[in-house]
Amino acid sequence: MRKKKSVIPGFGLSFGIVMAILGLIVIIPLCSLVVFSMKLSFHDFIVTVTRPRVLASYKVSILTAFIASVINAVMGLAIAWVLVRYKFPGKRIMDGIIELPFALPTAVAGIALTHLTVPEGWVGKIFAKTGVKIAYTRIGITIALVFIGIPFVVRSVQPVLEKVEAEYEEAAAMFGASRVQIFFQVIFPEIRPALIAGFTMAFARSIGEYGSVVFIAGNTPYKTEITPLMIMAKLQEFDYASATSIALVMLLISFVILFVNAVIQSFTSKIVSGIE
Amino acid sequence: MQIRNDKGIVKWLLIGLCTVFLLVTLVLPLVYVIYTALREGFQAYLASVTDTYAVKAILLTVKVVIITVVINSVFGIFAAWLITRFQFHGKKIISTLIDLPLTISPIIAGLIFVLTFGRQSAIYPLLEKWGIQIIFAVPGVVLATIFVTFPFISREIIPVLTVEGTDEEEAAALMGANGFQIFTQITFPHIKWAFLYGVVLCSARAMGEFGAVSVLSGHLRGITNTMPLYIELLYQAFDFTGAFAMSSILVIMALIILVLRNILEYRGRKEMDA
Amino acid sequence: MGENEQAYVKLQNINKTFGNFKASDDVSFTVEKGKLIGLLGPSGSGKTTLLRILAGLETADSGDIYIDGKEVNHVPASKRGIGFVFQNYALFRYKTVFDNIAFGLKIQKWNKTDIKNRVEELIELVGLKGLEKRYPKQLSGGQRQRVAFARALATQPNLLLLDEPFAAIDAKVRKELRGWLRELINQMGITSIFVTHDQDEAIEVADEIIVMNQGKIEQIGTPVDVYSNPQSPFVVQFLGEPVSIRDYTQFKGFHESGGSSRAVIRPEFVTVTRKKEFNPYPVTTEEGVVERVAFRGNVLELTVRVQNELFIAHRQIGQELISEGEHVNVFLQRMYLVDDAGQTVKIAVNEALREEESVVI
Repeated sequence: MRKKKSVIPGFGLSFGIVMAILGLIVIIPLCSLVVFSMKLSFHDFIVTVTRPRVLASYKVSILTAFIASVINAVMGLAIAWVLVRYKFPGKRIMDGIIELPFALPTAVAGIALTHLTVPEGWVGKIFAKTGVKIAYTRIGITIALVFIGIPFVVRSVQPVLEKVEAEYEEAAAMFGASRVQIFFQVIFPEIRPALIAGFTMAFARSIGEYGSVVFIAGNTPYKTEITPLMIMAKLQEFDYASATSIALVMLLISFVILFVNAVIQSFTSKIVSGIE
Repeated sequence: MQIRNDKGIVKWLLIGLCTVFLLVTLVLPLVYVIYTALREGFQAYLASVTDTYAVKAILLTVKVVIITVVINSVFGIFAAWLITRFQFHGKKIISTLIDLPLTISPIIAGLIFVLTFGRQSAIYPLLEKWGIQIIFAVPGVVLATIFVTFPFISREIIPVLTVEGTDEEEAAALMGANGFQIFTQITFPHIKWAFLYGVVLCSARAMGEFGAVSVLSGHLRGITNTMPLYIELLYQAFDFTGAFAMSSILVIMALIILVLRNILEYRGRKEMDA
Repeated sequence: MGENEQAYVKLQNINKTFGNFKASDDVSFTVEKGKLIGLLGPSGSGKTTLLRILAGLETADSGDIYIDGKEVNHVPASKRGIGFVFQNYALFRYKTVFDNIAFGLKIQKWNKTDIKNRVEELIELVGLKGLEKRYPKQLSGGQRQRVAFARALATQPNLLLLDEPFAAIDAKVRKELRGWLRELINQMGITSIFVTHDQDEAIEVADEIIVMNQGKIEQIGTPVDVYSNPQSPFVVQFLGEPVSIRDYTQFKGFHESGGSSRAVIRPEFVTVTRKKEFNPYPVTTEEGVVERVAFRGNVLELTVRVQNELFIAHRQIGQELISEGEHVNVFLQRMYLVDDAGQTVKIAVNEALREEESVVI
């Protein structure tokens, strides 16, 4: 950790404070996770993480998170587009409200969404007529995840869309391209990396989400149990070995998602910058 | 900008679609919380939010938010200074570690603190000897909250300091200013909006954190129950009015935070442009 | 060491690398007290790094720095008695003009009245009276430079360092500011070093120029000396408007010179006259064809082909017009011969001039 000399003071003090807090909050806890994982027997680990009920929870978590993130990618793109390109009354409010899922505690969102979508609820009533149940099903979980994921895509795409120069579109229009062609061939490639990044963040967040989902999920084994809930259940039984095993699988899943994103991002940035 | 004018139909269709989507997914739950909280009249609402345990939960939440914001502010400022003002080996690792909590599920965040300070931990005998209880106690709740909001403030300051560059600080240092003088007189005016913005985001998340806190609190009513945990408790006891009444406080806080956030973002942008 | 007694600043064998990039390669030079030095070179030549090492903003990997006879290798930047003007001025954006200039004095704990007097004196000096309460963003580029200059001078440094002081200013104001800065520095008699990539700037402002390239010093000398007697192939190519020619021996008045197969010539050494105009050196005059005539505002720029080599020449606007395709007389006054090893430069003067023993700059 040798530093180069600089005239700006405060290296030692900053380094000390940062390392002390970082150590207590992040490094030591992560190390204890590693240490504890080492003590797990490999056989028990495999048995724990491949129990049918746990396997079903991966499926529920990944599936609902994926669908919710796809919905968010589409709607997030539309909202970003509307916010950047159009003028209309209420625009500032729409822009301001996007971050609500960051500001509103997830548990509050969870109970409100649940109550709205039970068969007697305001929204649930409408769907009950068509025989569709929302609360306590995977649809409910997906809706909760849509709620928490909206800002990720909008806030990722919006600034990039703002920077797309009118000249690009004008150049394309000079060649006689239609609006639809311009969108898919000129604008979309520009915002694609941001869209993928937003999707990834929403996806990664959704897989780990607990507060908003736990109320609406109903937590029926094999059907609507999400993986974080499985960890929680093991913790409440003080079965730390199983909880840690499942947590390791979840961490693996998140890192794979982030890694895939990083690969896609570096690939696309190579095309844009032309640097090998 | 001629060609950017979409046809009226497309434009209003898109605006309509987005508005309906946001109304249903974001606004409706808010309205519903307030509506349900007041359904049984204002008296019942008042009774719910002034209940002894409710007040204790509110006070605990305020305490946790304050401690979290203070620690993350100190950390955020020093970390941003360290990362943007010095070249040293291991810088990348430090920035990665700072951002790491964002990618970890809150439940796992809770779990790692249980593993660190819980009964099976190597340091548990020490903690017990000194009479320090961390998990299933307030310190655990605070630690978990700090963890999940860890990068919130540094992430806001770092980009601003990177853009500003080090010229002004070098100039001040050349004139003999010490670190404190440089920071308070030269650096802080640049980052004040970003810093406050980070504080707002950090407070929002700290006040509402559920998963990680839920793992560590032990759900001791009146002792380790923060507002979100207390809401869960009421909800599971079918006291819906109570649960939604407590929620309404958090909804109002969320709306205040949104307004503050927008003001700060506007101020910050204005200053950047000028 | 009579020479060194005069040296106010002395750099000895300074080395500095950034990763694989050698920014300073064994650089040594001295600066006399009261001189205004221009550190000239292309971007990436290491001139700014050298200035920052001298100021104490960077630390050299090896080598010694002396200021006023004292070794200052380990003296912190703020104790070296240096005023520094940053490339983009680094004015404190959240402080007024007054507070910017007063900052260093406040740090040195001057008393309030003294600070006020000193700042007012400096504001008067740089001609910014009435703008004390403004913030940097409310000033023009030239005014910002004046503030930066006043701020650097506030604490009465003995050495003033300026990093590309004119780079951030509009071309029009730049010329005016150059003269102003030169006059001011002369008036104050403060030893100054400025970095620039602009040869006109260095030639016009500096008492002495240090030409740098790839972390090394190529040449040190007065502007006249460096410009007319370039001593390295780099300096030849860097100053003026050089044109390279391969076989210089084919031209009348020039002979094979040992070890040099390449030559460089500048437009001011190429005289183009119309056939009917008076030609004092008929024996060593070549014939050429004008390929292009370009209007450059104050002169006409001619591209002339002589024996398959292209030359650039200037012709005054008032002179008779020459048109494209015209056959003209071309007299080459002198060339710079670069030796094949790329190490040294020789000046070759046209025979006709040598016989007359006239000296042309």
